[in-house]
Amino acid sequence: MQRLGDFRLPPFFNYPPYFTLQPVRETREKQVQLWKDLILDYCRSQKLYIISLEEDFPLFSNPKIERSLSHEAKEVFLAALVYEGRAEWMDKGHKKCLILWLRIQDWANYILNFVKDNGLEDSVMTVEEIRSGIETRGTELAGIDRGVLMRALKLLEQKGKAAIFKGTSADDEGVKFSA
Amino acid sequence: MSAAAADWLPAADVTAAGRPVLTAGEVERHLVAQGDVEPEESPRLGPLRARLLVLTSHRLIFLHEPSRSARALPLAAVVHAYPPHRKHGHNPLRSIFSSSSSSSSSHHPRVRLQISLPPSRSEVVAVVVSKGEADVFYGRLLEAVRARAWEVVAAVAAAPAGGSSAAQGAPAEEDLAITMPVVGVSGILRMEQEAWESAGQNLQDAFQDLNALMSKAKEMMELAEKMRQKLLTNSSAQSNSNDEEMGSKQDMQDWLLSVGIVSPVTKETAGALYHQQLSRQLADYIRTPLEKAGGMMALVDVYCLYNRARGTELISPEDLLQACSLWEKFDVPVMLRKFDSGVKVIQTKTHSDDEVFARISSLAQKEDSLQKGISPSDAAFTLGIAPALAKEHLLNAESIGILCRDVSPDGLRFYINLFNEIDPQNMYMPKTHGVYHTWISVTAASQ
Repeated sequence: MQRLGDFRLPPFFNYPPYFTLQPVRETREKQVQLWKDLILDYCRSQKLYIISLEEDFPLFSNPKIERSLSHEAKEVFLAALVYEGRAEWMDKGHKKCLILWLRIQDWANYILNFVKDNGLEDSVMTVEEIRSGIETRGTELAGIDRGVLMRALKLLEQKGKAAIFKGTSADDEGVKFSA
Repeated sequence: MSAAAADWLPAADVTAAGRPVLTAGEVERHLVAQGDVEPEESPRLGPLRARLLVLTSHRLIFLHEPSRSARALPLAAVVHAYPPHRKHGHNPLRSIFSSSSSSSSSHHPRVRLQISLPPSRSEVVAVVVSKGEADVFYGRLLEAVRARAWEVVAAVAAAPAGGSSAAQGAPAEEDLAITMPVVGVSGILRMEQEAWESAGQNLQDAFQDLNALMSKAKEMMELAEKMRQKLLTNSSAQSNSNDEEMGSKQDMQDWLLSVGIVSPVTKETAGALYHQQLSRQLADYIRTPLEKAGGMMALVDVYCLYNRARGTELISPEDLLQACSLWEKFDVPVMLRKFDSGVKVIQTKTHSDDEVFARISSLAQKEDSLQKGISPSDAAFTLGIAPALAKEHLLNAESIGILCRDVSPDGLRFYINLFNEIDPQNMYMPKTHGVYHTWISVTAASQ
């Protein structure tokens, strides 16, 4: 089984047409579906949040069969993720793409479950603690993109499940969860 | 009109595309789009109406195109042809408004022919054609009757190989204005030496100028036919001759066979009917090469092949395209097809894409193709067709989801479409059967 780091690649990763944007609609729809799933799986396993179209992205080329995606193909596959709400363009030029392998809503729920499981209701955590603290180690929250985390926390705040308050510097914003 | 009423004339064969079948040595001379034949003396003989008149060197054929049936008057039976005249007092106004209805046709010019019908009956019939056509038709008819081309062939057939001066003598003693190609090559048969001398002479004459070439075209054709016959008899006589010699003889025979159309439809003979008749002749001609090519040929190839078969009187690409477009109107077994890419081909109506797709699909599932895909030239080789055409087939197969493409620095290649086989919910655990499974095991084995 072929691997990319510790990521296990599916067999069709060696299928050359997988790397050519298919012109026939029905075939392309299948191809796009497979790429969307693979991109999300890969980003989740590698905890990647941002794909830059300008830079090499390991998933977008296969040296073994000497194939790589064209710029157009990359944009088509990422746009399909954007369309589904699983990604967002970070600039107007579509050069960087934020991958949401969990939607903001799902992140909010995930945080809520994490808080409940660890008995952290009514306690205070800093944002940095969530991203790199001991408590979140081994969970999806470890290393979470700051922007994504903040949006999830704001969503919780809107629902009255959390309160964000500013500390003395930007680094130590805190959040108080409520049950 | 009933055909039975016209059974005083022998029936003539018509090709599938509605062209008269010409006998050996027979050449088409003139065409008139519409004409009637009316017996003037015997009411027992039924008239023929609204026929296409085909004047050949041997016969006057009355072709009924919708029913693909024809009657022919052998020119040998024509005793005398009278110049065109009008039967009744001519009223120009009426002639302008008159159509081809039977009552008004009597105001059209009539070319009266005295003919002798078997056993020994003399009749006078009138060929009624439109005003503008009459004089030309009469002129061509007279030329053809005087040339007595049928006697030449009969004489050649009657006196094979042995010394015959009759063949050359027959047309000569008529002392006529020679507008017909002289077919007196029976002398060639006498001695082989003479044959080659005459062939050399013909070649010299033929290339002096284009007109001379045209007048020699028929002789060249006969020469080619003779050479082919000779090659055939030689090769069967010495069947133990070496392979290389046999190969070159085979090439020669094929080449000679492709010099095929004895009487090409020309603008001169067919006039306004040119494209129609060209279309029908092309439909007849192309069937055999088309079957050989697997039911489909690129228009460019057809153009080359057809013009080579014509030899002289080459047609332009526009004429060919127009002739092909007319097929829609005729009930012929071939059709013009345009691919999405704009490539135009000719195919038989029975040609089915499904069969081609099945062959492409099985080609794409061979072990080699699973690993490396197929290029248009691979497909051309397997299907036995031109690469440009093979590419069209591959693109067609792609458009219906049999194949998908791979664009790389190596060019465009096609693979069997696996996208339908892969389950997105379960991309790591492929099914243990089917083409995706086969592909995985083949590519895994090659690594």
